[in-house]
Amino acid sequence: MDAPDPNLWRRFLALPMESRPKTILAAFVVSAVCAVLVSSATVILRPIQAANRAAEEEARVEALVRGIPGMSDLLTEVGGSLSTVVVDLERGRAAHDVTPSTLLATLADTSNWTSLDPSQDLAGLGARPDYAQVFLLRDNDRVSLLLLPIAGQGYNGRIEAVLAVRGDMNTIAGVTITRQSETPGLGGRIEEMAWQSSFPGRQIFDDEGTVRFSVARGSASSIHEVDGITGATRTSNAITQIVRFWLGPDGYGPLIAAISRGEF
Amino acid sequence: MARRIDLWATLTAPLVSQNPVTLQILGLCSALAVTTSLATALTMSASLTVVLTLAAGVISTIRRFIPETIRLIIQIIVIASLVIVIDQVLQAYFVEMSRALSVFVSLITTNCLVLGRTEAYARHHRPVAAMTDALGNGLGYSLVLIVIGAIRELLGKGELLGFVVLPSVDAGGWYTPMSFMLLAPAGFFLLGALVWAVRSLLPEQAEDAEFSSPLPSEGAE
Repeated sequence: MDAPDPNLWRRFLALPMESRPKTILAAFVVSAVCAVLVSSATVILRPIQAANRAAEEEARVEALVRGIPGMSDLLTEVGGSLSTVVVDLERGRAAHDVTPSTLLATLADTSNWTSLDPSQDLAGLGARPDYAQVFLLRDNDRVSLLLLPIAGQGYNGRIEAVLAVRGDMNTIAGVTITRQSETPGLGGRIEEMAWQSSFPGRQIFDDEGTVRFSVARGSASSIHEVDGITGATRTSNAITQIVRFWLGPDGYGPLIAAISRGEF
Repeated sequence: MARRIDLWATLTAPLVSQNPVTLQILGLCSALAVTTSLATALTMSASLTVVLTLAAGVISTIRRFIPETIRLIIQIIVIASLVIVIDQVLQAYFVEMSRALSVFVSLITTNCLVLGRTEAYARHHRPVAAMTDALGNGLGYSLVLIVIGAIRELLGKGELLGFVVLPSVDAGGWYTPMSFMLLAPAGFFLLGALVWAVRSLLPEQAEDAEFSSPLPSEGAE
């Protein structure tokens, strides 16, 4: 009988394809090659996709503004455009050293993020950026409309939206969902105009200044509620929590307070 | 020379006589879901054909190195990776289209047509033959999708690729759009009608009855 080949590599090559080492190696090589392929496609195409998403978001914000009654007239009056401001969320004022064009680079630095305790983190974000880009419309020095991008964890993934608040900083002027991956036909219905049209006119805060806004279970029964979506309790709750977080003290609360005091 | 004829037959057989959808009844889910308009049907056809052809090429190239025990896993990994890449490309360059197709692009992974061809054909043939077969099957699938998509868009909206063909009553024309055509059941009916039409033209495709009726045929009682 031949002695086993002392060369391990040759002994490995001589194994049949069905042997366990070769099976494991084949699985490993295929997975590794596929992983590289998928990751590089994602990384290479991400800038283009991000640009698409930004363009889409812009279009949706524009549509949101146009959909608010009386807003398009107001827009043409003031010259037809919203001003974009990067705000420092903690201080509630415009950021000095960050502009919309440098915002992305600033947020790439983790020191510009604040991590959230589980008790604060209503929207399931984990960490919140210190700067955010908001859009506002001024009418004789007073802010008459504020558009706030909000985001949080939904049932299937991240939900992003833009909430429009009127000059009294309490009445919702409209909402638009800019990104969601909820179950089509159930939670996915948050994208429908029919649901979004129940937002305008709702009040965010009660008399004490606490955020009262919520998505109701079933039909809305108070000025702070919008109708729930049947079969999508988790998505409805997520929207409630996202709005409550972003309009609360850890979100745009300081900014809203500053605008109400007329300091913005 | 004989080889070329062989390849030509491999390419053309799945178009009608061995059509994967109407004869083998494979890949129906997506065929029904994305055929509400011709444009989505075309995009889906192109995506599936590309995925199928590339997957067949890859599987066939590595066919001698696929251990029998994990062959399905390896095939699905290859197919799934290609689908993700295609999905990303669509999201980058054809945003509207990728939104219209929503989950159905990712579901190409589970389309039995793709796994069916790689398992049944690509695993046993050289890359050129395997890719030809895959291309033929992709085109056969596309043909069915395009026919059904065109009928549904034409009858459901009076348009083809977004251009008005039959001016609808709303727009001052004479055609009343059959919105039923845009619902899922209409896809089933049209597909059924298509299978019936193909099988009456090519009777050899009709399947034998699986059961003979236990009841005596007429008037034996």
